[in-house]
Order: sequence, then structure tokens, then C-alpha cells
Amino acid sequence: MRFIRTKAMVAGLGLALSLAACGDAGSDTESVDVEVSEDASFDDGTRMKELADAGTINVGVKYDQPGLGFNETGSDMPTGFDVDIAKILVASLGIDPEDTSKVKYIETISDNREPFLQEGKVDLVLASYSITDERRQVVGQAGPYMVTGQQLLVPEDSDAAGPEDLQGKEVCSVTGSTSLDNAKAEGMKPVGFDTYSQCVDKVLDGTVEAMTTDGTILAGYAAQNEGQLKVVGDPFSEERIGVGYSKDSPEMCQWITDTLEQANEDGKWAEAFEANLGASGVETPDFPEMDACES
Amino acid sequence: MDAVLESLPDVFKAFGYTVLLFLVSGVFSLIGGTILVAMRVGPISVLDKAAATYVTLVRNTPLLAVFFFFSFAAPKIGINFKWVDVHIGTFDFTSFFSTAVVSLTLYTSTFVCEALRSGVNAVPLGQAEAARAIGLPFTGVMSQVVLPQAFRASVPPVASALIALLKNTSVAAVFGVIEATAQMKVMTNNNADERWGIFIAFAIGYVVLVELVSLVAGTFERRWRIA
Repeated sequence: MRFIRTKAMVAGLGLALSLAACGDAGSDTESVDVEVSEDASFDDGTRMKELADAGTINVGVKYDQPGLGFNETGSDMPTGFDVDIAKILVASLGIDPEDTSKVKYIETISDNREPFLQEGKVDLVLASYSITDERRQVVGQAGPYMVTGQQLLVPEDSDAAGPEDLQGKEVCSVTGSTSLDNAKAEGMKPVGFDTYSQCVDKVLDGTVEAMTTDGTILAGYAAQNEGQLKVVGDPFSEERIGVGYSKDSPEMCQWITDTLEQANEDGKWAEAFEANLGASGVETPDFPEMDACES
Repeated sequence: MDAVLESLPDVFKAFGYTVLLFLVSGVFSLIGGTILVAMRVGPISVLDKAAATYVTLVRNTPLLAVFFFFSFAAPKIGINFKWVDVHIGTFDFTSFFSTAVVSLTLYTSTFVCEALRSGVNAVPLGQAEAARAIGLPFTGVMSQVVLPQAFRASVPPVASALIALLKNTSVAAVFGVIEATAQMKVMTNNNADERWGIFIAFAIGYVVLVELVSLVAGTFERRWRIA
């Protein structure tokens, strides 16, 4: 008797779980429509040719930045501006970017972007990846496809209007990020947490005066907490966001640059920006001048 | 290594926070552990059970979870350390430092308690009985007879608990304290081409600190050896 009851319970539990799985429908995402290139052709021996022939690609994106690269729990298709730019690149290889069996969007946190590229775990990195000389020593970086600056996110009732009002005050960002260094250079006291959402929590409960990082990320959180948080101040740093690729295949640079310039010309770039960041009140900027590739 | 040499003041300051976290929570953990062990071996059953429950609960919880509790859950129910605002030299001791100290202390005291209990168990029962026989109350038995011998016997395990504490301070890196590990993350992120050197430099820093703790422990062990 007891055995039957256990079996019934296990069966019931299994049923409940499978029903719960059904309830997890895809969220409505406003992502840009990209056309898969039919006539993708690349020179033999290039990495693009290899990827196009294999029909699969791994892309490194952020999972925790609303508006740029954000993945809802349990979903295997992240959303955001970085992800949409990635889709444009993937589609130009003749691979369907919506097909997650072919395109894997792997989470790359700030620390493992270079190692993942060097080890070949990802082919491209689009993870709010600012271009710096030190990084260009170890990986390739094409772009920038976006230029942003660091701003401040403060509670709605705060009087702070910029870094000058927060001298010696604690501001939060992600441990190890450049944002913390910049905050220190501006005379604020840096406080580091693991993710941006934890920082938002600390601003909301008043432990820190402000949070600082790229304005686009802050705008996403301000939109999420409308009426409680606001973005203030002029940008006090310049981050040039680019695409990372392996140094072993320098030919990818020209392809990335050409594809992104093409995306700007046919309006896909602006469309992607508006779809992901337009709602948070950021005006669509001009397409930045891209660095020339070393030949 | 160039990156480390260039920002040497920052590196030393970061290790300074590591040492301060270690010293402050180390002292509190030793006090807390001693109180807990007194409760554990004492004659009052309620205190014994309470201490045992506390040790079981906290020792079996990951340190990260303890940190999470005091950083994100406790403020929601009114427990916060915003009132702490001490500045000594270039070091700031604010709510983040206090949260780290509280989390590390509560966690490490349980290990210190168990290490000391092993020392208490090593004291022959006859010692406590003899102390009782000459009329010492419980506090006297503990402070004059049992604990001094117990401390002596438990130097190695307590030193292990403290070394673990020293390395556990690195968890504070993602809870608002710019200590050594946080500084390392800043530097590896800014100098992607020098990761090896940076890692090695910080590893050496930790090894040196742990060696110092071992050295102190070794000195105590020699000095307290029963002649």
C-alpha cells in the first residue's frame, strides 16, 4: 500500500513539474529582425568560411545587463543590444541566429572574456566589451559599435547631480570593473559587489549614495525602478564598446567592421538600439567611427 | 608584474584591509568560540543545546550564504550596520566592513568552538573533578583549570581555523570591501595581458600572511609546551 502511495506521489510530482515547464512560455522580446544571408561567401582558409561551413558558432554575451545582454532565468535566448548586434553578425555568416541549436549564446562575465576567446570557447564576444590597449595585446577587438560613458544612478529624492556632489561618498559598482577605478579617480569611494542588481539593491536600501557604470546599463535599471531611481550627471568617462575575436584569426576584424557598417547603412543598427535602449529614454546616437583593422 | 609594481600602494592598502578583516574578526571569533565552548561543556543543558544548535546551523551553512544574509536579507528586517562610520587614516570602516566582520565572526566562532572543544576533551576528567573538589565554582573550574590546558592542547586546530578565516576574508571582495581579492580582480580586468603575474603576486601575498599566522601559532605551541 505504502509503495503504491509513494509511486503515486512521484508520478504526481513529475506531472506537476512537467506542467510547470509548459507554463514557461517565451517572453515577449522586442528584438530586431535580421535576414539570414543566403549568399554568404568567404575566402577559403578564413575563420568566417570555417564557421559558415560548420553552420555553428558560439557567442559570448552578458546575462545580467538589462538592455545590453540579459537572460531571463531558464531562457536560452538572451536579449539586448549586444545580442542583437551579435545576431546581425551571425546572420551574415548564413547561420540562423534564432536557432539555439546552432548558435550558442554563452555567458561571459567580465573576468573570463579574454580566456574564453583564447581557449576558443567562444568565437565572438559582445559583452559590453570596452576596447583597451591592454586587451588588444591578448585578443582582437573590432569596433566600436557603441560609445557610452559612465554616469550615476541615484534615488529619486537625491540632490546629487554629478560626481562633485558625491566626493568621499560610497558608490557601488561591480568588483573589478573599470567603473570603480574611474569612480575613485573622481574622488568617490568605490564599493564592489558581484552583480549590478546587487548594487541596485544597495542604492534602494540607502546603504550607498549611488551606483555607477555605463549610462546605458543605468538607464535600464532606472526604467525597471521607475519613480525610485534616476540617472544623473554628464558622462565622466568614455567607453568604446567593441566586438572581441581571437587573435589567431585577424581576418575577422575586417568582416566585423564591414558587417556593422552595412548594418548602420540599412538602418538595422539604429533599429536594434531603439528596440533595446530607446524605451529607457536614451536618444539614438550617431554610429561611431570604427577603428581601422590592421592588415 | 609591472602592473603590480605600478599600483603598489593600492595593493598594500588592499592587503591592509585583508589583515584588518582578519585581525578584527579573528579576535571576535576567539572570544565567541570560547563563550560557545563554555556553553557546550557547561552544566546547563539549555545553554549546551543552544550552542550545539547554533554550531550545527552556522557551521553547515556556506560562508557566502552567511554574507548574503547579512548583506541583503538582514537589512530588509531592520538589521543593518549603517551606524558604523569610522575613518582611521586612509582606511574606512563602514557598514560593508562591519557586515564582513559580523559574517566572518559568526561563521568562524563555530570552528573555533569545535577546535577548543577538542582541547577541552583532551583535559583529563580528573582535573575538572579535582577543581570542583577544592570548591571552585564552574567559572573558576573553566577559567583557572580547564580552559588554560584546553587552549594549550588546541593551538594547532585553532590556528587552522584562523588560517581558513584569513583566506575566507576574500569573500568580502564581492560584498563591498576592496580587499586583496577585489584589488586583484580590478587589476586582472584592467591588465588582461598580465594576468599570470598579477595572480602570482597576490598568491604570494596570501602565502606570506598565512606563513606569519603559522609562525605565531608555532611560537605559542613551543612556549606553551608542557615542560
